[in-house]
Amino acid sequence: MNHLDELENKTIYIIREAYACYRKTALLWSMGKDSTTLLWITRKAFFGQIPFPIIHIDTSFKFKQMYEFRDKLAKEWKLNLIISKNTDALKKKVDPKNGMFECCTALKTEALKQTLKKYAFNALLLAIRRDEHGIRAKERHFSPRDTGFNWNYQDQPAELWNFYKTNCVQGEHLRIHPLLHWTELDVWKYIRRESIPIVNLYLSINNKRYRSIGCDPCCQPMDSKAKSITKIIQELEITKVAERNGRCQDKENDYTMQKLRSLGYM
Amino acid sequence: MDRKTLKIALIGHIDHGKSTLLGRLLLATNSLTKGKIAQIKKISKKLGKDTDLAFLTDQLEEEREGNLTIDTTQVFLKTAKHNYIFIDNPGHFQFIKNMLTGTTQAEAAILVIDINQGLMEQTRRHSEIIRMLGINKTIVVLNKMDLVNYSEQKFIQTESTAREFLKTLGINPDFIIPISAKNGLNIAKKSFKMRWYKGQHLLNILDSLKLNTQSEKKPLRLPIQDVLETAEEKIIIGKVISGIVRKGQEVIILPALKKTTLDSILIFKQPNRTKAKSGECIGLTLKDSLLAKRGDIIVENLNLPQLTYRIKGNILWMIEQPLTPGITLTLRCATQEIQCIVEKIKRKINSATLEISPLDKQELKQNEIGIVELKTKNILVAEKFNFIEELGRFILVQNNKVCACGIITDIL
Repeated sequence: MNHLDELENKTIYIIREAYACYRKTALLWSMGKDSTTLLWITRKAFFGQIPFPIIHIDTSFKFKQMYEFRDKLAKEWKLNLIISKNTDALKKKVDPKNGMFECCTALKTEALKQTLKKYAFNALLLAIRRDEHGIRAKERHFSPRDTGFNWNYQDQPAELWNFYKTNCVQGEHLRIHPLLHWTELDVWKYIRRESIPIVNLYLSINNKRYRSIGCDPCCQPMDSKAKSITKIIQELEITKVAERNGRCQDKENDYTMQKLRSLGYM
Repeated sequence: MDRKTLKIALIGHIDHGKSTLLGRLLLATNSLTKGKIAQIKKISKKLGKDTDLAFLTDQLEEEREGNLTIDTTQVFLKTAKHNYIFIDNPGHFQFIKNMLTGTTQAEAAILVIDINQGLMEQTRRHSEIIRMLGINKTIVVLNKMDLVNYSEQKFIQTESTAREFLKTLGINPDFIIPISAKNGLNIAKKSFKMRWYKGQHLLNILDSLKLNTQSEKKPLRLPIQDVLETAEEKIIIGKVISGIVRKGQEVIILPALKKTTLDSILIFKQPNRTKAKSGECIGLTLKDSLLAKRGDIIVENLNLPQLTYRIKGNILWMIEQPLTPGITLTLRCATQEIQCIVEKIKRKINSATLEISPLDKQELKQNEIGIVELKTKNILVAEKFNFIEELGRFILVQNNKVCACGIITDIL
């Protein structure tokens, strides 16, 4: 079994474990490369028919290409898609210009809270990876959040071998991270091997490409000539620039990500 | 060529330099992203310290301010030869559960010992833990050689104490290396300050490690994870943990001992699959409509595992409230979840002194390792840990909380 097969099998095991233990599961899809890869593997885990809904937390600030990509794949893969928006905050014109921390919290974390409550999900699959950010490197594959959505990062439960948390108490939910053990490079190699569709923002146009995508106003493209996935892989083999260098919410302060995540951010 | 990925845990006593060593390894393999060192310098300065390499992995604000590692972290790096996942662990007594979370994922361990302090309580406890977990590749680094003036004599002295101690555990360290993580000596380059050391530097030694697992050659074991019901069929899903499974094969479903034949092996978009091997997550359909559920184990019709109500094992007790005989707990072994009673606590191993002591009192306190006998309410399908690991290891759960981990040494 090669490295990518090992990663894929572990991910399938975790996804199936999530559904086996928590029938009220949903997958969080942002249309980025990681969550699209997660979606791809989840289809594999269930032989093409995902037995639970896919949630898109729509801040309304996403790139146009991402919305097109979402609608195309949702149709092609027959996804049970839930589009979730914090409409109150949007009416109040919450905007990254008036503070990124507040904007992320209102349009992402709050929107997610509302959806979770409405559908009573108790497990959410998310495509975060350890190598993205130091704070994500501390995560568990099955990570509980309390009723208030808080992440008690100072006292995380033990997660031994592949024994994951098989139940949770009322009101709690589990963040399940099936791609936690992948690196950015692994994801791209796997995308190439499997021919997984991606948003074209990742590919270079006029010598610029996005390495990590989210909301349009908070993402900066990087200099790059990589017009194909193979070129992206070559570029990443030698780069010294951090993956989320173009993502504003990571940089506000040394511990912004820790604070966002402790309050329930992805 | 496919590169191997090795998973290595850093273990040892608090402040002996595990996180600093990891920071140094990141630096030495040129694995840091631009601006990372500047950021660490800035944070160190803000806290009034010299640049602290441990901050590369001690990411939490509380860890940096408190100067300690609270939770386990995994870091990826690569050398010319291999890819590595380094698992950093906290050295504190209170954070043993986090250390176990990290270390149960590892295939080899680096035991970090401060040459000045020698073997301390968590050095001993962590060593005992890796022995219990069956991690038998161990490299010892004697750190902070700069603080003893690179003394060969001091090295020889501590080396022999360490070797002697590990021998009592049955651990034979593959290498013992004098290093200075802080100054980067003998990490990626031989140090001129320790010419008396004739061995290799740490990275070369890591690159030469050979790990092998041959679970394909063992009998078939497939714990059922779930059964998916579609309009047309029932699909059994699970991971092959040992052996090979073949289409058309006659198998037995345990613990009910029901015989059946495999109709198909299902892997998405691979319609012609006729077999699957250890490590693969697959789907199966049966020739008949036998009932099967999560927790059942599919095995080949020869070489059956043991069906039992009683096992003996080594456990590490993880929670504050001590373990006493008669307590009911949930035992999880592969996908099985069964109530069990702790019948006997036979002996305990004092991690600080490593004496195997007869019990003065029938109890195990937090972070103590002991030998126990468990009685299950229903039949358990079990193997000895040294035969099939995934059916030979278990955790004990109470009120939704993991309170012990263990391995099966005997089936009674």
